[in-house]
Amino acid sequence: MTDTTQKAAVEVIPAAPVPAPPSRRTRVWRGVTPWLFLIAPLALLVTFTYAPLLNMVAYSFTDWDGVSPVLHYTGAENYQEVFTRPDLFEVFWVSGYYLAASVVQIVLALYFATVLSFNVRFRNFFKGVLFFPYLINGVAIGFVFLYFFQDGGTLDSVLSLIGVKTDHAWLGTPGSANTSLAAVSVWRYLGLNFVLFLGAIQSVPGELYEAAELDGANRWHQFRHIIAPGIKPVLTLTVILSISGSLSVFEIPYIMTGGATGTETFVIQTVNLAFRFNKTGLASAAAIVLLLIILLVTWVQRRLVPDDKVDLV
Amino acid sequence: MTRRTVVRTLVHVSLIAATVIVLLPLVVVLLTSLKTDKEMANTSGALELPHDLLNFHNYVTAFQDGEMLTAFTNTAIILVVSVGGTVLIGSMTAYAIDRFTFRFKKLVVVLFLTAALVPGVTTQVATFQIVNSFGMFDSLWAPIALYMGTDIVSIYIFLQFVRSIPISLDESARLDGANAFTIYRKIIFPLLKPAIATVVIVKGITVYNDFYIPFLYMPSEDLGVISTSLFRFRGPYAAHWEVISAGAVLVILPTLIVFLSLQRFIYNGFMRGATR
Repeated sequence: MTDTTQKAAVEVIPAAPVPAPPSRRTRVWRGVTPWLFLIAPLALLVTFTYAPLLNMVAYSFTDWDGVSPVLHYTGAENYQEVFTRPDLFEVFWVSGYYLAASVVQIVLALYFATVLSFNVRFRNFFKGVLFFPYLINGVAIGFVFLYFFQDGGTLDSVLSLIGVKTDHAWLGTPGSANTSLAAVSVWRYLGLNFVLFLGAIQSVPGELYEAAELDGANRWHQFRHIIAPGIKPVLTLTVILSISGSLSVFEIPYIMTGGATGTETFVIQTVNLAFRFNKTGLASAAAIVLLLIILLVTWVQRRLVPDDKVDLV
Repeated sequence: MTRRTVVRTLVHVSLIAATVIVLLPLVVVLLTSLKTDKEMANTSGALELPHDLLNFHNYVTAFQDGEMLTAFTNTAIILVVSVGGTVLIGSMTAYAIDRFTFRFKKLVVVLFLTAALVPGVTTQVATFQIVNSFGMFDSLWAPIALYMGTDIVSIYIFLQFVRSIPISLDESARLDGANAFTIYRKIIFPLLKPAIATVVIVKGITVYNDFYIPFLYMPSEDLGVISTSLFRFRGPYAAHWEVISAGAVLVILPTLIVFLSLQRFIYNGFMRGATR
């Protein structure tokens, strides 16, 4: 990573002897040029990221319905509601299923990445198979697994093949439904973690393994002392993405169950509050709570693992 | 058997198990899509093979009744415009930030970087009001503007690449009398090709698969993209898994083709995109 401040200092020094000091017109033109490049990106950034953010903070202190022309301020009432109404706060527990699933997901991804970074027959085939689900459309995945978990669907058929007769309604009770949905999420996202780990492992210089092997280190030693430290930055990044991902699950449960039988997640609830029940004020407060939690998690991670790779400037 | 062969066997077993778990649900859906409704009613299990492996009847139904042609057209329009826009915006931002010193540069950089910390799903409530106030709600412009305006990852990727292009190239062009726009157009942009490929792939797949934004912003039936059009299968075909399966396969197939033909670039793209 280059240091910009240093580069900036180099840049102001003219590259070649300048015959005459630049005229006023050229100087103005020079000052304007970067802004000509930045005008469109900045306008989009402010319009679609910062303006909504500021508006949302304002909405969160109102009882706005999303339509009425006047805002009616109600102070911190919405926040109080988010934290004290049990049905509103309950959805956070659903994230627990997804958090647990991401632990499984990270461990599996790490295992497969380690195994496939060594020479294994059909390596590229396995790599492709593990990664492909990540690229599939979420709605298609939702339907594939609705059928999978259906009564008499794929899962029941497979289980009856090995002699287990079930007429279990997989999506029928909150516990089983959330576990099933979280499993779908592992199926879908394992590939991304896997590819990230694989890339990190491959960036570890190969001589290290050779040297270790000469010293009599087995695969576990190699993993413990070479691979694990080598991929630490990617690992922490993955943990962060998993936590914020678990908190903002939307697609799969929305498509598969619509949030029924206790599978409603925080984002489904916010979308329903805002766009079905017109409680824009309350939804904004809920969204701000989620945003603050995610920012907090990110901040804690940066604290715990000061990583210059993440810092780009 | 030595210990090593045992380990090797276990590794292979685990890989094969994973392959079955990944492929089984997909293969079953493919098989289901080839069954007739009679077969669906009579057969006992999802694993049974269809009688006629070339029965494409469900695909015709899914394609026509599900208005998949409109869906693919809409998706293609959004894809081309927003990916093109993302490439232009990302590369211009990266060029301006890396190659110029100007007042408030730090602030601009901080604005872009901080935006990456704000997950899009959390601000949608308020973004919706803004999109609505521009009159873009329920038009193709809503997703296009959002995809172009909120993609910080591609700016990161371009920034990395612009940094790796030697400044001496710019300087010699400048001595030849080229202005900043010529330098961007004739030197920087062509040299960014690998970064552009990465962004096109990562962004393209994201846009093709996105459900949240088109679902919220384009409720009209004739504005369906593949995600939302497929989602609408739920109502009319609720009991017809053979048609729903055909629809799902129709949506997955293009991804599979792109993946098989561009495998290597796709892996690299996602590694670059995610670790930025």
